[in-house]
Amino acid sequence: MSASEPHIRVEDLTMAYGSYVLQRDLTFTVNRADIFIIMGGSGCGKSTLLRHLVGLKEPAKGRVLYGATDFWGSEPQERDRIMRGIGILYQSGALWSSMTLAENIALPLREYTRLGAGEIQDIVALKLALVGLAGFEDYYPSEISGGMKKRAGLARAMALDPEILFFDEPSAGLDPVSARQLDDLILELRDSLGSTIVIVTHELASIFAIGSNSVFLDPETKTMIAGGNPRQLLQETRDPKVRTFLTRGEQ
Amino acid sequence: MPEPSADKQFRAACNSVQIVRSDTTARLIFAGEWSMQRDSADAASALQSLCDGRAASVGFEASELTGWDSSLITFLLKTLDQCRVRGLGVDTGGLPQGVRRLLDLATAIPERSGARKTAVRAPFLSRVGSASIDLWKAALDMLAFLGATTVALGRLLSGRARFPKAEFFATLKTCGAEALPIVSLISLLVGLILAFVGAVQLSLFGAQIYVASLVAIAMVRVMGAIMTGIIMAGRTGAAFAAEIGTMQVNEEIDALQTMGVSPMEFLVLPRMLALVIMMPLLCVYADLMGVLGGFIVGVGMLDLTLTEYWQETVRSLSLTNLWIGLFHGAVFGVIVALAGCMRGMQCGRSASAVGTATTSAVVTSIVSIVIATAIITVVCNVLGI
Repeated sequence: MSASEPHIRVEDLTMAYGSYVLQRDLTFTVNRADIFIIMGGSGCGKSTLLRHLVGLKEPAKGRVLYGATDFWGSEPQERDRIMRGIGILYQSGALWSSMTLAENIALPLREYTRLGAGEIQDIVALKLALVGLAGFEDYYPSEISGGMKKRAGLARAMALDPEILFFDEPSAGLDPVSARQLDDLILELRDSLGSTIVIVTHELASIFAIGSNSVFLDPETKTMIAGGNPRQLLQETRDPKVRTFLTRGEQ
Repeated sequence: MPEPSADKQFRAACNSVQIVRSDTTARLIFAGEWSMQRDSADAASALQSLCDGRAASVGFEASELTGWDSSLITFLLKTLDQCRVRGLGVDTGGLPQGVRRLLDLATAIPERSGARKTAVRAPFLSRVGSASIDLWKAALDMLAFLGATTVALGRLLSGRARFPKAEFFATLKTCGAEALPIVSLISLLVGLILAFVGAVQLSLFGAQIYVASLVAIAMVRVMGAIMTGIIMAGRTGAAFAAEIGTMQVNEEIDALQTMGVSPMEFLVLPRMLALVIMMPLLCVYADLMGVLGGFIVGVGMLDLTLTEYWQETVRSLSLTNLWIGLFHGAVFGVIVALAGCMRGMQCGRSASAVGTATTSAVVTSIVSIVIATAIITVVCNVLGI
């Protein structure tokens, strides 16, 4: 792993709904093979930042660069190509409810590869096995538990072996053990596949356990007020808001 | 005769607050059980009299208090508020510990300025103005959606779109075959009604036989299509809006987009095509059922023979009527599918938004169906067909 090769760059990003500005002047870099944490209190715009990064919402101002390519400044075909290289685990899993787990995972494979039905079936079985859901091919999303939905969502996000994986609040709604297992899985994916991982979360345990880089969004000043390795940040930060957040308000 | 203990219990079950004054202090003495389940005692008047008095400080006593809940806390908060306004000293020492802690908690974080919502009522003209702008935007949205659907259709015809066949056939089934029972019932009854209304007037002239042509032309030319359109708006259009809306709430549409699959091609197109194919077929079926309804009245009530009724029906119908009816049906199919899918795609991200989307889909469909019928009728009239 080359330590500090930039993978995603955010430059001077302003996020707004209409005239309501959520965050402004965001500038940070996600390096290759980082586990990058987007953190901050509730309602500070973490999930909205994620929607900007994955191309669901256009910035009011500023740029999102993938490698050297300006995402929002490029042609639709180029954007599609970039989006194909990312996988997203949505907060609720967002599995397509009218399809079985196998069909959910097979859809991007059928869409973007020339694989035959048998090969797709093999890959689907592999991805499900990787997230610990071997044998659940023919279940519908409504038939499995919340934690299983998340893992199935992860299997779908990994379908095309993306270079970048985004997670929206992966541990929300999971019991501590499942949350820990998901963290381990994320680490494992980064180490084995070399993926870059971006996580929106406010789960301190996860942040310290797996985060290697971060950005801290503050809802009051409407911008980022800290960044860097979360453990280092905890040692070094002078900012009372960041300290309060990282210590659960105990210091 | 009530026992003394029962009397005491009764008193204990009522909450009360008494004010005892000395030179500079007023003591509020609470007794009984303060519960939200009971009528609050003389709390309001006690507060009033406390405010009217001239005490410099306020104290509390609660040794007689047998129970309390939020009703006591709200009363105390009001009291404390009044004391603060009047600059009275307050000693909460006499209150139970739990009460004191809750009071501290409730007053720990001051109200954030600007957090409270204030209702601003805009002047009449401004409301009319913004309503008109909203209407204009809604019309533009509808055009944009129609445009996006057309582009998706173009991609499908040129073979570049991803088309979910399974979903298409499932939709064909739900909006075709499964709609037959309700379409049968409604069209048969509408045929019956038309025949009845016609029969009453026509039999005055001894012209009962024209009931057959009345029913045939009315059903085939327009009524069959309208009734089918309205049924499908309530049945299928609402279902489209609810399905797609729930997918929106569940981030499933986002997931499609970030996978690079266009929701227009994947969700809207199969539904729209299925309905546009099925609507004219259902219309023909509704026409037949309507004519059957008229036939039941004609033969059963007006003593027409089967052959008479049949011949008159065949004589009065032209192929033009059938084409116009089918055209209506196809247009209504587009309208119902468009309204259902559009409202679903525009759905917000909450449970109530899905309800709003569904209602809105049905209302939009029915209003558009009536307007479209009016336009087609006028155009046919001008063209002389």
